[in-house]
Amino acid sequence: MEKTMDLTLKVWRQKSANSMGAFETYAVKDVSEGSSFLEMLDTLSEDLVEKGKEPVAFDHDCREGICGSCSMTINGIPHGPEKATTACQLHMRHFHDGQTITIEPWRAKPFPVIKDLVVDRSPLDRIIQSGGFITSRAGSAVDANAIPISKATADYAMDAAACIGCGACVAACPNASAMLFTGAKVSHMNSLPQGKVEKDRRTLAMVTTMDGEGFGGCTNIGECEAACPKSISLDMIAHLNRDYATAQVKNFFKPVA
Amino acid sequence: MNLDSKIPEGPLSEKWSSHKFNMKLVNPANRRKYSVIVVGSGLAGGAAAASLAEQGYNVSCFCYQDSPRRAHSIAAQGGINASKNYQNDGDSVHRLFYDTVKGGDYRAREANVYRLAEVSSDIIDQCVANGVPFAREYGGLLANRSFGGAQVSRTFYARGQTGQQLLLGAYSALSKQIGLGKVKMYNRHEMLDLVKVDGHAKGIIVRNMATGEVSRHASDAVVLATGGYGNVFFLSTNAQGCNVTAAYRAHKRGAGMANPCYTQIHPTCIPVHGDKQSKLTLMSESLRNDGRIWTPKNAEVAAMIRKGETDPNTVAEDDRDYFLERKYPSFGNLAPRDISSRAAKEACDEGRGIASTGLGVFLDFRDAIKRDGKNTIKERYGNLFDMYQCITGDNPYETPMMIFPAVHYTMGGLWVDYNLESTIPGMFVGGEANFSDHGANRLGASALMQGLSDGYFILPYTVGNYLGEQGVAAAGKVTTEHPAFAEVEANVKARIDKFLTIGGTESPRSFHKRLGHIIWEQCGMARSKEGLEGAIKDLQALRKEFWTNLRVVGDADGINPELERAGRVADFIEFGELMCRDALMREESCGGHFRVEHQTEDGEALRDDENFAFAGVWEYKGDDVAPLLHKESLIYENVKLATRSYK
Repeated sequence: MEKTMDLTLKVWRQKSANSMGAFETYAVKDVSEGSSFLEMLDTLSEDLVEKGKEPVAFDHDCREGICGSCSMTINGIPHGPEKATTACQLHMRHFHDGQTITIEPWRAKPFPVIKDLVVDRSPLDRIIQSGGFITSRAGSAVDANAIPISKATADYAMDAAACIGCGACVAACPNASAMLFTGAKVSHMNSLPQGKVEKDRRTLAMVTTMDGEGFGGCTNIGECEAACPKSISLDMIAHLNRDYATAQVKNFFKPVA
Repeated sequence: MNLDSKIPEGPLSEKWSSHKFNMKLVNPANRRKYSVIVVGSGLAGGAAAASLAEQGYNVSCFCYQDSPRRAHSIAAQGGINASKNYQNDGDSVHRLFYDTVKGGDYRAREANVYRLAEVSSDIIDQCVANGVPFAREYGGLLANRSFGGAQVSRTFYARGQTGQQLLLGAYSALSKQIGLGKVKMYNRHEMLDLVKVDGHAKGIIVRNMATGEVSRHASDAVVLATGGYGNVFFLSTNAQGCNVTAAYRAHKRGAGMANPCYTQIHPTCIPVHGDKQSKLTLMSESLRNDGRIWTPKNAEVAAMIRKGETDPNTVAEDDRDYFLERKYPSFGNLAPRDISSRAAKEACDEGRGIASTGLGVFLDFRDAIKRDGKNTIKERYGNLFDMYQCITGDNPYETPMMIFPAVHYTMGGLWVDYNLESTIPGMFVGGEANFSDHGANRLGASALMQGLSDGYFILPYTVGNYLGEQGVAAAGKVTTEHPAFAEVEANVKARIDKFLTIGGTESPRSFHKRLGHIIWEQCGMARSKEGLEGAIKDLQALRKEFWTNLRVVGDADGINPELERAGRVADFIEFGELMCRDALMREESCGGHFRVEHQTEDGEALRDDENFAFAGVWEYKGDDVAPLLHKESLIYENVKLATRSYK
């Protein structure tokens, strides 16, 4: 039989974007240590429904750490205490009987709360929409092996592309900066030969959008990398800074469009 | 119900190109006069929305997640097939076509499958061009691996996150079009019904899940790419939000539902741990390239392992039953999914299962690590091993993984013709939501291929052809002011009110669990006449109870997860009954559908080609009226029907 635990939860409850929120305290009992953090929240929800109360709203979908939906700060850390783990993949064996756990939404100005733990992360989509793509109309591609790409380059691009767009980096940053998110996409696309054509345009457009959405600047604190469930490296920010500087210089002499 | 499959004339290899030539074209200047709705933003929906917008159509795209990048295509791990023959190992379009028809146990439409194999190479080119970082060899060329059900290396992959990378590729193409204003994206919107005008699909009714607002959207054509119905089992590898509502609502509006009993139980999932579990996690099938599947030969040894009294590593070689290698020597651990899953179930039925529940078998990397070294295995599967350890707390480098089959993919879905058009004119269906390409069983790494084939290379042509046939005078004629919209919208609102006012005592999740239990027991890996008949009665009773004893807390004015689940479960209950009826009708065993009455002496599936070589298509006739069965005969002109053997 699996071990179980009783917990005290302090959960952020907020009816809507415009209403005031507050912490509510709940007790949950008999949580099995093999269940995931979100399954523990499911148990709380069922208890609340049983009492005719509204369950806690939170974003979640795949529950296997890849869709990037889940977005909650657990005991002050986005996605909780386990390194390189999303909240949905965080298992209760990392907590102990009698523990008090505080759960709140991403706290960042560009991510307004919609309800309880649910926030609006559409600014991240808009950063991608402004330049996070490599133009290739369906039907226009050359043979996939026509451009050999070194394994090192492909691996680097994959490291960058592993970002799941959850926004933990923004939530962890005292400046609410989205540099790790943006840097990862820029590094992924700018490092591949097929992405080089739009490199300067992409970099400038994405940074402009990022700033316009109200994300703060990067001051090299490193909280983002520590909180990232996919361990995206700070090097991606360095890569972005490098490409941004180059693009700006080029743009100064000859606008890149 | 008209089941004209519209398969083009001519030899198999020329059908698609001659069909494309015969299609009606829409002048580029006229395309902006048309609008198309795409529901779903996964591989099929995202790629279709992006491609249609690139062509110049006005697209509205809807997804229930907070961003199109989160569609469940993202969770596919292993890879995507293509008949590139980059490994020079005898692959070809025809071989991929043949493998897919055979893998589907001869229950798919030849012409569709051939086209899929034909465009598979274009998909890889397209994905590389838009930046998908596929694995590469040191020489810079693309790497491949082999996958269940195939004897060639034709699978392209991006570590263990191929689905993620392909989806992000489609998402970036879609994002570009959103940024350009050619696609209007509706996040957190759920389609709750389809609107027909003069028999043609002309729009949808959606609910904004963040604000609760119900709204009407009109278009000249509708594309559903809303995924599969695996969550009818409650526990599956699907995402929590995956549901059948859009497809089932369309079915109730007249779209034929084909082969709903064809469901795929994936052999390599992490076993169930308890009754609070919300989902099952898949371990990529690619693990079967190097892992060996076994249980103890002796039930007593298995019992000791279950109790934790015996370390599996100490079980001697002679006491292990590598049952797939024993039963299927030529395919071994790479036998197709349906066969591997059933073999695991049999071992557990004999009391030889492991894991605390007895519902598990080992997937052991001991020999692979000995042969290739830990680093090589880590390079290949590192992230999967980490994921396994994260969930179970066990280290698979040291102790064998435990796996058990779980519901993963659904081959059945809305019936479509060669153009991917449903029985409702103007409504197209792509990806897992349609029934077309995988027959009764899908091969590994073929879902991503099909989603992108539909989205990038088929729907953009066939939707255009439909719009061209309607003529430019028809573009934008129907608006949301048409009375049909008001009527359907009123129905949707009334249904939401009904959920909130039943005032019973049982939660939607509780009903969902009960539904899942019935379906898993009676319409899961093994099905019988008696069991299915009982299940149909149980489901009818459950439906009655649902509508009288449901309790939905909260209101309809904003995010309400209980209300969302209530709507989905209501449709799943009805759909589950249809599934059981389909399974009951199909008096044979084929692919993922195994009827205990129809098996060979050594327990293999027994197909009945004489009587069941057809797609079973159901027509909705009313809530308390039995649905009507129609048949599309499957005619095999290029493949000889044979007993599928992987021995």
